[in-house]
Amino acid sequence: MAPILELEGITKRFPGVLANDNISFSLEEGEIHGLLGENGAGKTTLMNILYGLYHPDEGKIRIRGQSVRIASSGDAIRAGIGMVHQHFMLIPVFTVTENVMLGDEPTGFAGILDRESTAKRIREISSTYGLEVDPGAHVSTLPVGVQQRVEIIKLLYREANILIFDEPTSVLTPQEADQLFRIMRSLAESGKSIIFITHKLREVLDVCDRITVVRQGRAIGTTTPQKADNRKLASMMVGREVVLEVKKSKAKPSALTLRVENLKVLSDRNTLAVNGLSFDLRGGEILGIAGVQGNGQTELVEALTGLRHPVEGRIELLGADVTRGTPRQITELGTAHIPEDRQRDGLVLSYPVADNLVLNTYYIQPFTERVVLQPDAILRYSEGLIDAFDIRTPSSLVDVGNLSGGNQQKVIVARELSRPIKLLIAAQPTRGLDVGSIEYIHSRLVEKRDQGVAVLLVSTELDEIMQLSDRIAVMYRGQIVDVVAIEEASKERIGLLMAGVLSEGQKA
Amino acid sequence: MTDAEKKAKNAKKSAISVFFEEVSRSSLIVPILAILSGLLLGGILVGLSSESVYSVWSQSPFLAISNGFKAAWESYVTLVTGALGSPSRIIAAIQGGDGLEIRRAFNPIFESLVRSIPYIFGGLAVSLGFRSGLFNIGVEGQIFMGGIFSVWVGYSFTGLPAFIHIPFAFVAGALGGALWGFIPGLLKAKTGGHEVINTIMMNYVAFRLTDWLLREPMRREGSTNPLSPIIEESAMLPQFFDEPIRFHFGFFIALAVAALVYWFLFKTKWGFDLRTVGANPHAARYAGMNIVRSTIVAMSLSGALAGMAGANELLGVNHHLSQSFSPGYGFDSIALALLGRNHPLGVVLAALLFGTLRNGATRMQAAAGIPIDIISVMQAIILAFIAAPAIVRTIFRLKEPRKAEAEIHVRGWGGS
Repeated sequence: MAPILELEGITKRFPGVLANDNISFSLEEGEIHGLLGENGAGKTTLMNILYGLYHPDEGKIRIRGQSVRIASSGDAIRAGIGMVHQHFMLIPVFTVTENVMLGDEPTGFAGILDRESTAKRIREISSTYGLEVDPGAHVSTLPVGVQQRVEIIKLLYREANILIFDEPTSVLTPQEADQLFRIMRSLAESGKSIIFITHKLREVLDVCDRITVVRQGRAIGTTTPQKADNRKLASMMVGREVVLEVKKSKAKPSALTLRVENLKVLSDRNTLAVNGLSFDLRGGEILGIAGVQGNGQTELVEALTGLRHPVEGRIELLGADVTRGTPRQITELGTAHIPEDRQRDGLVLSYPVADNLVLNTYYIQPFTERVVLQPDAILRYSEGLIDAFDIRTPSSLVDVGNLSGGNQQKVIVARELSRPIKLLIAAQPTRGLDVGSIEYIHSRLVEKRDQGVAVLLVSTELDEIMQLSDRIAVMYRGQIVDVVAIEEASKERIGLLMAGVLSEGQKA
Repeated sequence: MTDAEKKAKNAKKSAISVFFEEVSRSSLIVPILAILSGLLLGGILVGLSSESVYSVWSQSPFLAISNGFKAAWESYVTLVTGALGSPSRIIAAIQGGDGLEIRRAFNPIFESLVRSIPYIFGGLAVSLGFRSGLFNIGVEGQIFMGGIFSVWVGYSFTGLPAFIHIPFAFVAGALGGALWGFIPGLLKAKTGGHEVINTIMMNYVAFRLTDWLLREPMRREGSTNPLSPIIEESAMLPQFFDEPIRFHFGFFIALAVAALVYWFLFKTKWGFDLRTVGANPHAARYAGMNIVRSTIVAMSLSGALAGMAGANELLGVNHHLSQSFSPGYGFDSIALALLGRNHPLGVVLAALLFGTLRNGATRMQAAAGIPIDIISVMQAIILAFIAAPAIVRTIFRLKEPRKAEAEIHVRGWGGS
């Protein structure tokens, strides 16, 4: 029997870029096929072609052996292709039912919306595939993982047989991701075919039947989880050997750098996001803050960097009280901050790379003499950093918004690490980055530690925490539930702590 | 694709195609096409509103259409000669050798420059706000405050030498405008009150304040009209020619201030602060910039520039305060700042265009009987095209601009 979907020799050119270069790809019925590649490798372009958003310059698309032309997303939907986008296409103030019926609303007498029949279908779909969701709930009240289920239900409601998941786990907690994988397997078992786009190695090895690796617009090869491992996939993806394990020696903690005592910080919604939290951090060690997203990590980092004032408690940096310090005071004391949301906080996207590299030092010599900016000095400095940190940009005058995510993050890392610093606060430093960039940033963090810098690593990626930290503090509901030395830490133990389960003899 | 391949690919493109690609991507092409479209549509409107089209329509539609074209053509000819002067008249005047006649022949172009000066100041005021992420709708009110302050200094102090009196009155005007920008700036920074609302409100306060001042405290002695006393001669900006040319020193002040604003915004650390806050307030805070301070400073400076427009008009042209000395310079300035892409050089060019159009329109109304409103309609069309670059890009099949450019205008509304 012919595969349910075949792409043959797809080529797509953009001005100056060959996004897809003669890619062939096939999807069997009931299969989960991983499409693995770094950011910018051409995965999304390929899927947008399949979904009718782009038109290929060359190549054929066949569904069940029949050649088809997909000129619009409408064609794609009619051909049974559905896509779960990275950013959800839901209307927050509508209910689940209303969102699902949107675009294809069943109507009863006199054009009155027939919500009940849709709700009934949703319940059927929910129970068939294990997609628990309340059809009457408003989407804005649902957690991200459940919103994603609504997206999936939308596709199933339109009877899609080929489901495309575009980086579906990037917004999910590890637990939500595991649930999603269970859902994907149950969909595949009931005969749906799934294309799973990701750049995370562990995920494809966990759920896929076959894996196709894409690099620089070409399909490098197709393999199966049985025949491949992390290392092999990573080198296929990047095109060279990749060091996945971070090599590091034992930490040599030195003087106390940061002391946080009984810190309480309000969130934007005026709830206590950080609720009486204390820890010490010494030079030369990496303290990992583990925890599921939304347990107060963001507010903690903002308080430490002066972006949010605590309501109670004390922050002491190198002996100075900075509890109510401004970001500039804290920076000038020797703090570097790699912010969680790099495009919002860390960069001015409409500024050139050079200006972004001096974003928090522009006002001091040699970048400013008296009050006049010194473009020569800024350019010379930024070109040095571009070389030293291997930032891939055509020039230092290109707007930083035009760089890839990995290179944007390198701009921030270069800026923050090239100053003389005593404390480095890195929040989700590798989120959304490709393997090559992650490897690079990890090695830089460890390098700083070895130079005696105190590093506070906040991450929701348990693997990252386990690899880099010397001590792990687990945050749960605004408090640190436990601090574990890396020698005594295991994934299971940290995972349980992240879920709020306390260790033996520690029950509150 | 490797870098070498990319280079090879670029090399293959002909110089001309590269040129066109650059032109179509640059931020200049949209304003220019918008202006052309505005002129074209304005011409069609003149044709459509012309009596001579309808009177002959029933006899000969062809004649009617050609009458329409004729009307549009004639009105543009009067617009251009009204704004820039008529070459034949200039030649005749020079041959005649009569000084007054020569000055009259050259007057239109100088008058266009005179009309551009308040637009330069006003446009700079709006664009400095825009660049700092603030939407200063209060330029009109700030112009009036600048006028009040500078006129008061102009007539109350007597016996000062001009080189002291003029700067004194001019700076007083800037301070008046700055005060009117400072208040909404402070409200925005400290309470989050949106500057759009507050600057609009401040406009009304300024208008009514002017009315009251002209009725009582500042009314000219012996006058029943709401007019202030005429300023001392020592406070008047020097003019360079005799009657009727009103061209005055304010033009050069305006150019100097434009250069200063450029230097301030793009060459100093203070400008870097303001622009960063405007481009991304989150990143500005992260980088240690003081958003409260920069908001207040930006609104005050914007107000000061607007105040200079008022001072310039009263010290250079009117020489007294009246209720209607600004025919909406402040509101047009918002438009021309957009047209000038919020860049001081662009603002100067856009101001020259607006001043020329306004001046030409006055003549067009007098000579060809075309209502002056047609110029407002044309300005509106130009602006509609500027504000919606997508339309221009679609009509003229231009490529998408680089992302960063498009962002700046939208930010003004973003506020916090």
